Amino acid sequence: MKTFDLDHDSVRELNAHIHSASREQIAVDNAGGRHALAVGATDENEITINGNVGYYCAGMNQQASITINGHAGPGLAENMMSGSIRVTGDASQYCAATAHGGLVVIEGNASSRCGISMKGVNIVVRGNVGHMSAFMAQSGALVVCGDAGDALGDSIYEAHLYVRGKVASLGADCEEKPMDDEHRRELQQLLDSAGVTDMSVDDFTRYGSARKLYHFNIDNAGAY
Amino acid sequence: MTDLSWLKESSTFTKPVIAEIQRAAQTGIYDIRGAGAKRSIPTFDDLVFLGASMSRYPLEGYRERCDTSVTLGSRFAKKPITIDIPVTIAGMSFGALSAQAKEALGRGASVMGTCTTTGDGGMTPEERGQSKYLVYQYLPSRYGMNPDDLRKADAIEVVVGQGAKPGGGGMLLGQKISPRVAEMRNLPQGIDQRSACRHPDWTGPDDLEIKILELREITDWQKPIFVKVGAARPYYDVTLAVKAGADVVVVDGMQGGTAATQDVFIEHVGIPTLPALRQAVAALQELDMHRKVQLIISGGIRSGADVAKALAMGADAVSIGSAALIAIGDNAPQHEQEYNALGTSAGYYDDWQDGRDPAGICTQDPALASRLDPVEAGRRLANYLNVLTLETQTLARACGKSHVHNLEPEDLAALTIEAAAMAQIPLAGTGWIPGKM
Repeated sequence: MKTFDLDHDSVRELNAHIHSASREQIAVDNAGGRHALAVGATDENEITINGNVGYYCAGMNQQASITINGHAGPGLAENMMSGSIRVTGDASQYCAATAHGGLVVIEGNASSRCGISMKGVNIVVRGNVGHMSAFMAQSGALVVCGDAGDALGDSIYEAHLYVRGKVASLGADCEEKPMDDEHRRELQQLLDSAGVTDMSVDDFTRYGSARKLYHFNIDNAGAY
Repeated sequence: MTDLSWLKESSTFTKPVIAEIQRAAQTGIYDIRGAGAKRSIPTFDDLVFLGASMSRYPLEGYRERCDTSVTLGSRFAKKPITIDIPVTIAGMSFGALSAQAKEALGRGASVMGTCTTTGDGGMTPEERGQSKYLVYQYLPSRYGMNPDDLRKADAIEVVVGQGAKPGGGGMLLGQKISPRVAEMRNLPQGIDQRSACRHPDWTGPDDLEIKILELREITDWQKPIFVKVGAARPYYDVTLAVKAGADVVVVDGMQGGTAATQDVFIEHVGIPTLPALRQAVAALQELDMHRKVQLIISGGIRSGADVAKALAMGADAVSIGSAALIAIGDNAPQHEQEYNALGTSAGYYDDWQDGRDPAGICTQDPALASRLDPVEAGRRLANYLNVLTLETQTLARACGKSHVHNLEPEDLAALTIEAAAMAQIPLAGTGWIPGKM
């Protein structure tokens, strides 16, 4: 295992190594809230980061499995393409923004705009998510095992939202949807992938797009 | 025949104003169109060059060398790009434009050794394959954004805004959302697609600094990073972009075009290119970063005179969008009958948003798009870029400059008080700069 101690090694050294590493186990100690840690990974490396991370940790990840033993700052896993991210603590705002694929698991809570403009990523949050989560969410799934803040799924496209707790309010063009067998299967797979074993899919409610705002119509101007 | 010669048109309620009120009353929706501001504003036409005479020696045309190369990204990037001419092609999306048009832009730019730019919607293989230097735009919607293409790019442009609509997002109407466009953007085919007006994961210059750090780390500090802003408060925006770590700042004036924006936005938000350039240069000079952080100015650039004047005022390069589209065939007179059928005429067509462009440029209709031959259209763009370059060199030589970057404000005079005030160039025949003396 290759170990980086960020009290001595630089972020540049860490990322440069990750960009050239293949199927390695990499440990990062003393993350210290530093920004842009483990960004642009391109291979099936297993990266463990000990400590809290700053902005954009695991940004644009491809294939790597990254575990953060701590809390994550804004923009965790932004525009991720594939691979998996697990945060043992909480995640700040914009978690998995515009991410195209892979799995992001937050064992604590995620702040506002979790999954904003998500484009295929799957996100499982064991706790709560803040306001405007899944804003303009295009595809993929957001699973919230706790409560969701205001304006969930505002201007949503085709992403699937599953919430176990309360939803403070739904955003424009987001509505409750029936939970069919295919959705139960999808949700169960997501919970299994995230390692959530103590919750039943029957306790979740599905939300998605009402598709009323897909074409700009002046009669809908009041909805925005 | 009735004599109507006595009729007096109102200066307030002109025919176009009356027509717009009638259109608005009929439809209940604002006018959406393409292109840039059409209103009359101070431009580079309001400046003239002071050619060499007794106090300065001119250079011999066709004989003495006048260099036009520009290096972009020398501040932090390990691999800055050096383009052969001081004119780049502005970002325009695949989606707004056909794949053939994007390819043509790449071909024309490459022949002349300059760069072209992607747009919202990602990078197409046609464009990458035909572009010697390709700038990859990083936009709020992040449609088509992926790290593989980021690494394929020669530079990255973080788009904060554009001149046609500082503070505005965009809408790609459903008729242009073909299966390919929909797939690249990960959205259903045929729906109206909203392009966000602000980035999803950063707000403000402090965040931008960290975002730029992330992009540099992902690309191992290889790529020059541009920051593009629409001209609203260019002095502050340029200052903040430099503080955030930009290698290159792009400032787009209000004449800058768009594929689809509300007319009221195009005409009434932002400031003209002329004062925007002056404020941008002032910001760089005060930071002692002029020529260290390169400045690209865009918005209404049409001729080598515009290019030369922009460089004389302190820009490192200019960027063209609308003019490039015209060069490859937009508004070409051979389509006059079809323009007429759309209720317009060659030279006036600006419904770039509706996907019915007879020239095959602003469309995703396969039949229309196939009308544009990328090779021939690319050749026309190369011709046009060549003319811009020759004109720029001609003016630079007349001022005694062996490199177009040696042009300076002292080579210029203003023809109007407004231009003198906005450009901070003396009114012709005087030493007067409004606000200075």
